Amino acid sequence: MARGFSTPSPAERALRYALLLAVLLLTVGPFLWELSTSLKGAGEDVYTRTPSFLPDRPTLANYATVARTVPVWTYAANSLLVAGIAVLGNAVGATAAGFALARLRFRGARLVLGLVLATLVLPGEVTVVSQYVTVRSLGLADTLLGVALPGAIGMLNVLLMRTAFRAVPPDLDAAALVDGANVWQRLVHVGLPNVRGMLSVVVIFTFIGAWDDFLWPLIVLDDPNRYTLTVGLQYLNGTFSANPRLIAAGTMIAFLPIVAVFAALQRSFFRGVEEGAVKG
Amino acid sequence: MTHRRRYTPWLLVGPAVLWLAVFNLWPSVNTVILSFTSARPLGGGRFTGLANYHRALGDEQLADALVNSLVYLLVCLPLLTVLPLLLALLVERKLPGITFFRTAFYTPVIASAVVVALIWGWVLDDRGLVNGLAREVGAITHPVPFLTDRWLLLLSAIALTVWKGLGYYMVIYLSALGNVGRELHEAAAVDGASAVRRFWHVTLPGVRATMLLVSVLISVSALRVFSELYVLSDGTGGPGGRDMSVVMLIQMYSRGFTGHLGYASALSLLLFAVTVGPMLVLLWIDRKAA
Repeated sequence: MARGFSTPSPAERALRYALLLAVLLLTVGPFLWELSTSLKGAGEDVYTRTPSFLPDRPTLANYATVARTVPVWTYAANSLLVAGIAVLGNAVGATAAGFALARLRFRGARLVLGLVLATLVLPGEVTVVSQYVTVRSLGLADTLLGVALPGAIGMLNVLLMRTAFRAVPPDLDAAALVDGANVWQRLVHVGLPNVRGMLSVVVIFTFIGAWDDFLWPLIVLDDPNRYTLTVGLQYLNGTFSANPRLIAAGTMIAFLPIVAVFAALQRSFFRGVEEGAVKG
Repeated sequence: MTHRRRYTPWLLVGPAVLWLAVFNLWPSVNTVILSFTSARPLGGGRFTGLANYHRALGDEQLADALVNSLVYLLVCLPLLTVLPLLLALLVERKLPGITFFRTAFYTPVIASAVVVALIWGWVLDDRGLVNGLAREVGAITHPVPFLTDRWLLLLSAIALTVWKGLGYYMVIYLSALGNVGRELHEAAAVDGASAVRRFWHVTLPGVRATMLLVSVLISVSALRVFSELYVLSDGTGGPGGRDMSVVMLIQMYSRGFTGHLGYASALSLLLFAVTVGPMLVLLWIDRKAA
């Protein structure tokens, strides 16, 4: 009789954990190494041939130095503003459009859906130049609004929300219709409670995408005071490449908030993934 | 109020349609228009016919960039198609603490490519972790020039892309594996099929469609690479600017006094033409299978 499928032998279990730990070292190790570098004092040699993973005397001095030399907290606030606009715009705009395309019949619905689908074959990088021309003609070149606006309603998010609304059992909606509910009531009371999983995936991805984006803000922004964190980091790297401790501290300021956001929301993220949100 | 207003759907879909028109459709059309002009980042420009395309034909930096893209694609494709699947199989089994491992493996995905490139730039530095350890164990006497050699820089960027992509494609495979019948696996196990045989005959056929999708996603994103190369080379494109990607060239020409939006637009259309390739292959295989 073969061993039960769901209970691995002790040997297999040990092998699996060994592999898991090896991959863990490979994926998380570099982040920890960077964190450790950022906490090492000026007196500690970060270049030593036998690198020590734990700082001798951990210090936050590098973070203070970074904040003194570049306006890193302003950058963080800028990134937060851009990500906030993107999240709000998508949560409202993509949800509303997704609902209309999934549940309402109206003239031109098929055309809109077709065009939304067509945009998916177009990588964002292909249109950055003409996006920039558009943003410039709106008078938004070198502004944070110019950075945030084009992504404030993502077409992929519209499609994801439409898919989610289509998966809501039609009976629920029909019952609401019979009860004389209008469109808004159907959206708020029948639709929304049933698409929370997808909505959280959209929100998480939008936040991460906006916070992490580099190419677009690099093109739109000129004034160093308006930089987002990623552009500011690259600037920092160009200015202080002689001191890896400072670069490391700046990197951690950009990285740790996104880890916190993800850690807080990862349960609903992986649940949304299991519901098939990321299948493409 | 039971009276159904006909404009309500348009109220809901309106903002999205506005964004569709202003930030998706118009820029697509305008890219084509701009590519026939001499438009500059600071304004101006006039119709110049095929001049930008003519210029692209003789652009040696573009030729380098296309070679880089090809190398990127050829290395990323097999690695990122296979490794994340193995990783997904590793974290699929519900062992104590597996959620922690899944989340941890996903960390490089949520980090910005800029953050990741700065970290790896430090790890791969002449005096960084890898060279330090390699020297300590006596494997090398001089530091390996990961970031200053034309090909090593490209390979370092590729390694970074692969490392950052592992968790992303792992999650896609994980979602696909959930749909591969558990009963089928158990039946095969009871019949005494070895783990390797079960992998070939149950798992692989079950995730074939996903593998195809993943390989197209990998190909397209390999052709779109920007941040890794930009940050690892400090925006210079490496020795002699030979480690540029097509997107780096687009960015370079979209800025400043030396910028040329018309030429950048022509390069954008070229990028589009290149990325459509993998998608057409997907459609073609899909048709044949159907």
